Amino acid sequence: MDLFSKQNREVFSNPLNLDNPIMVQVLGICSALAVTSQLKPAIVMGLAVTIITAFSNVIISLIRNTIPNRIRIIVQLVVVAALVTIVSQILKAVAYDVSVQLSVYVGLIITNCILMGRLEAFAMTNKPWPSFLDGVGNGLAYAMILVIVGAFRELFGRGSLLGFKIIPQSFYDAGYMDNGMMAMPAMALILLGCVIWIHRAYFYKEDKK
Amino acid sequence: MSLRNYLDKIRPNFEKGGKLHAFKSVYDGFDTFLYVPNETSKSGTSIHDAIDSKRIMSMVVIALLPAMLFGMYNIGYQNALAAGKLADATFWGMFLYGFFALLPNILVSYIVGLGIEFAWAQWKGEEIQEGYLVSGILIPLIIPVTTPLWILVLAIAFAVIFTKEIFGGTGMNIFNVALAARAFLFFSYPAKMTGDAIWVAKDSLFGLGYTLPDGFTMATPLGEIAQGVQVNNSLNDMIIGLIPGSVGETSVIAITIGAAILLWTNIASWRTMLSVFLGGTVMGLLFQSTGATSIQWYEHLVLGGFCFGAVFMATDPVTSARTETGKWFFGFFIGAMAIIIRVLNPGYPEGMMLAILFGNMFAPLIDYCVVQSNISKRAKRAK
Repeated sequence: MDLFSKQNREVFSNPLNLDNPIMVQVLGICSALAVTSQLKPAIVMGLAVTIITAFSNVIISLIRNTIPNRIRIIVQLVVVAALVTIVSQILKAVAYDVSVQLSVYVGLIITNCILMGRLEAFAMTNKPWPSFLDGVGNGLAYAMILVIVGAFRELFGRGSLLGFKIIPQSFYDAGYMDNGMMAMPAMALILLGCVIWIHRAYFYKEDKK
Repeated sequence: MSLRNYLDKIRPNFEKGGKLHAFKSVYDGFDTFLYVPNETSKSGTSIHDAIDSKRIMSMVVIALLPAMLFGMYNIGYQNALAAGKLADATFWGMFLYGFFALLPNILVSYIVGLGIEFAWAQWKGEEIQEGYLVSGILIPLIIPVTTPLWILVLAIAFAVIFTKEIFGGTGMNIFNVALAARAFLFFSYPAKMTGDAIWVAKDSLFGLGYTLPDGFTMATPLGEIAQGVQVNNSLNDMIIGLIPGSVGETSVIAITIGAAILLWTNIASWRTMLSVFLGGTVMGLLFQSTGATSIQWYEHLVLGGFCFGAVFMATDPVTSARTETGKWFFGFFIGAMAIIIRVLNPGYPEGMMLAILFGNMFAPLIDYCVVQSNISKRAKRAK
């Protein structure tokens, strides 16, 4: 079996562009709006989702033939919940401040539609390795949007990136002010709309039927 | 008619094949702004109202002039009052000072807003729409005179692009464009939109006016109420408009003149205006009887942006309810909501902006309910 066949590469790269879970499928918006007020929690959240999507995809894919069809959602939830708990505990142990900032949104990864969507649509019908690639691809695609939105919001809302001041003090002295609306989820929605707008205009062409 | 001749002379350049064809939308925009469009339908019968949207916009701008002129005078008056030099100040001195203080805001507003509209029309290959004529003068009138120009630019760009152009341009917007600009400023730069340090122009311009110390503060009456301070402006001052506030909103008399123009020319709906005041009165009386507010109910109606919003903002034909019954509900909702926000939310001394934006959001729902109830009523009658 060729690990990096064209098909597998597409499984990985499609979510990043033409089948992006946020920009095209418009899933996982809630957490994308909530955790992007700064760059650091956005990155951590993106990584957490990537790891959980990848491994829950692998686990479900491994046991896909033994899961009774009628209780598959429950089985999927148990797997995801177990992984989310592990990630949440690790976060609390190594990066407590970020875990406080993310608050309930780490726990809410359980209900993230991207995860359930990938498990239902991909892992249940594919082998572990493509499922893993699919999980990583979708997670990174989610993380990518979070990082774009988070970077804009932190730069214009706080004048910093990852906590480092980017906009020099001389700007503030000249009358520049941080934009308070960037700290609000409302602005995240507008920025997300702009990202989707640019994507649709330049990268993504809808099927003309 | 030399202007007409000139426009006709340069027209071939903008026709198909002319060297400036790419800028046809700009030419059309100016031509129809200056003269009535010379286009008639080629087939069938069509009836046009003699007044088109450009003329309606021009009438609204004329109706806004009294409020704007008084706003200019009040800028100078507040500046002189704050400097303690009111006795020395002349009428023309104060007016000219206000004129020079407000002029940059108006220019920036029109240049940026129209620039975006023209560029957008050019980009999309559409005709230039005239919707910004009114918004462009409304925006400087509903913000404090000291608003820095660069944040005004941001707010106007935001409002024109995100509340108008992406919904399809003039006539398609859900929210009032001018209020969207103000809301952007209000939430983005609260230090420049609320509080007590921003309502009086502080710098002397061209030798006019007086330079005030940096730390000078003067709260609006509504701001004082929110802080629990006794208001010491007389009712006369509130009605004439000699109180600090956003540029155009202070004078009830100037706004009444504008309202008379709008009602006389049938441009604004008297139902909306009246019901806004009804809503405000009912809520004001309610809060006064329960002791929730420290001022009289009628003072609520003359303070802040209540009158200005009721006359010029709530009646915006695009964003208000379209059905005649709906206008009653729409107006009442806005008036009541404005007073509720003022009295019950200590964080927002003024509630008119949020109330109207809220009303804009509900206008389609109100229309839907009115239309549906009419349909079911008539369906019952048919049985």
